[in-house]
Amino acid sequence: MRELTYAQAIQEALAQAMDADPAVFLMGEDIGVYGGAFQVTGDLVHRYGEERVMDAPISELGQAGVAVGAALAGCKPVLEFQFSDFATLAMEQIVNQAAKLRYMLGGKVNVPLVMRFPAGSGTGAAAQHSQSLDAWLAHVPGLKVVQPSTPADVKGMLLAAIDDPDPVMVFEHKLLYKMKGEVPEEPYRIPIGKAHVARKGRDVTVVATSIMVHKSLEAAETLAAEGIDVEVIDLRTLRPIDTATIIGSVKKTSRMACVYEGVKTLGIGAEISARIAESEAFDYLDAPILRLGGAESPIPYNPELEKAAVPQAPGIVEGLRNLVRGRL
Amino acid sequence: MNAVGKIKPNARPFYQKYSAGQLKEALRKMYLIRRFEEGAEEAYMRGLIHGTMHLSIGQEGSAVGATMALRNSDYITSTHRGHGHCIGKGADPKLMFAEFFGKEEGYCRGRGGSMHIADVATGNLGANGIVGGGLPIAVGAALAIKKQKRDDVAMCFFGDGASNEGAFHEALNMAAVWKLPVVFVCENNKYGMSVPTERSMAVANVADRASAYGMPGVIADGNSIADVEEAIDEAIARARRGDGPTLVECKTYRTRGHSRSDRNRYRTREEIEEWKARDPIPHFEAELMAHGLATEAEVNAIRNSAEAEIAAGIEFARLGTDPNPAEVTRDVYSNEAA
Repeated sequence: MRELTYAQAIQEALAQAMDADPAVFLMGEDIGVYGGAFQVTGDLVHRYGEERVMDAPISELGQAGVAVGAALAGCKPVLEFQFSDFATLAMEQIVNQAAKLRYMLGGKVNVPLVMRFPAGSGTGAAAQHSQSLDAWLAHVPGLKVVQPSTPADVKGMLLAAIDDPDPVMVFEHKLLYKMKGEVPEEPYRIPIGKAHVARKGRDVTVVATSIMVHKSLEAAETLAAEGIDVEVIDLRTLRPIDTATIIGSVKKTSRMACVYEGVKTLGIGAEISARIAESEAFDYLDAPILRLGGAESPIPYNPELEKAAVPQAPGIVEGLRNLVRGRL
Repeated sequence: MNAVGKIKPNARPFYQKYSAGQLKEALRKMYLIRRFEEGAEEAYMRGLIHGTMHLSIGQEGSAVGATMALRNSDYITSTHRGHGHCIGKGADPKLMFAEFFGKEEGYCRGRGGSMHIADVATGNLGANGIVGGGLPIAVGAALAIKKQKRDDVAMCFFGDGASNEGAFHEALNMAAVWKLPVVFVCENNKYGMSVPTERSMAVANVADRASAYGMPGVIADGNSIADVEEAIDEAIARARRGDGPTLVECKTYRTRGHSRSDRNRYRTREEIEEWKARDPIPHFEAELMAHGLATEAEVNAIRNSAEAEIAAGIEFARLGTDPNPAEVTRDVYSNEAA
């Protein structure tokens, strides 16, 4: 099968969505002739025109509200934030309006919008351009939050997000944009709310998100050589969480670790751990649950510090080894 | 010209534009708003409803004047003080009362309450509990109108306080730069809760801010339905022509406090009385009668019919269906499985 980068897969999904439905349009900062800060929209403006690939003023709150209003009035906006950190400027519209309008109005409206958030560290952009705020938004009922980890997933999940009648927040790790993978050419959907078993294993379940799926798979290969068989679940969706897949896996392996880039405390790992503790899988656990998350600090600039601020494969190997060998 | 008599040729355009029947309907809406809010206040005092509410008593001239020329397919976004805008746009007071009472029959099935009344069927995209929250939403609705090649408009109500929010700046700038069909209607009632505009803005008028966005800024007497309607009429025409947005500032006053918690410590009795003397309803009645467009008997009949409708609405709401607590998460998502 033909290969695309993660960024190309997004662009293809956006183009196919615009081909299929005239109500779909893109808005964001420098997504026109510039092609987007990460070249995701690329030349789409030349193919679809400035009315469907709209450069907006640097007004994140305003853009988010415009997306809400356009969605209420029959459009399907796809809003690109230049960096996920800038969601902080738009939280009012995301949290108070997009998420709540359907509920507050008694279910009489839909807010079919998509917001795309380039997220994560590893680019040397320091504390205000490197955060992972996915768990913030996943805390809000009314939003759906996805974190696709592969080119094939991002295309299918983005198309599913654009189809969805409710607001969907798509977190894209910036280091994944250049990752290549097989991507079917035709439009297809990957359901929101379904986790994916990225690697089957017997000894320990790793629930990972976004780029941590790849770091966990790398760690799993290292551990395989030591006779430790790691199952890696790509969570894919933070809200709604596919609890059933995780419970099923933990009942099989009797051990669980959560690996995620967002700050460890009160992050997605806390929620998944709690769900296991509350479920029948709790009785199957042979070891404490392990959380490997981001450091309790902003993302620093210095490259070595930056690496130290989020889980890396060697740390994941060590953590899982200790978990399985009973050294926790 | 009408049942009562001929309108004088020197009457202002508002009285020439509408038929006597339309003008009397406008008066009826003003009464419906006034009695709706008085009824809501009374129901609150009697313990029939809980929560808070923000009354617009004294501001009915701007609510009805602004919405009079709107079509069903035009949109409005409204504010926490939005009952008048709702009724102006055509909402049914009994369904609004049902919402106040938290009933399934209410506009939001009892999930929204006073601050979130919406009526999508009449183009009302909703009141909003966040100051300035509706501003960019109205711009988005106007963007959709433009994309769909319609000649409708989006009317955005907000207060003087909202004009100090960042959302105001972002929304007006985007509407202007994209030449969108938005009519920004600022109801300046002199206070952002307790703080007077003199202490929260360094310009005299909210309308003065329009020039920063390259759009017209117009001031209307918010207590004169005629003055408001004429200013809005021009703004709507400009929007429908594709010439872009206008900022209309309606100078008005709320004679009640900000909300239930208000103890009126920030303004004088004299000031309140001065504005009560400028009540938009008797002002409009006097003009209608002076122009021979309505008789005193007709005005009394309109007042009585509004009162009867409000009383029936409260009764309807009282007898409504309470939501089932087991359905607390219903309608968070379109697909309930989420």
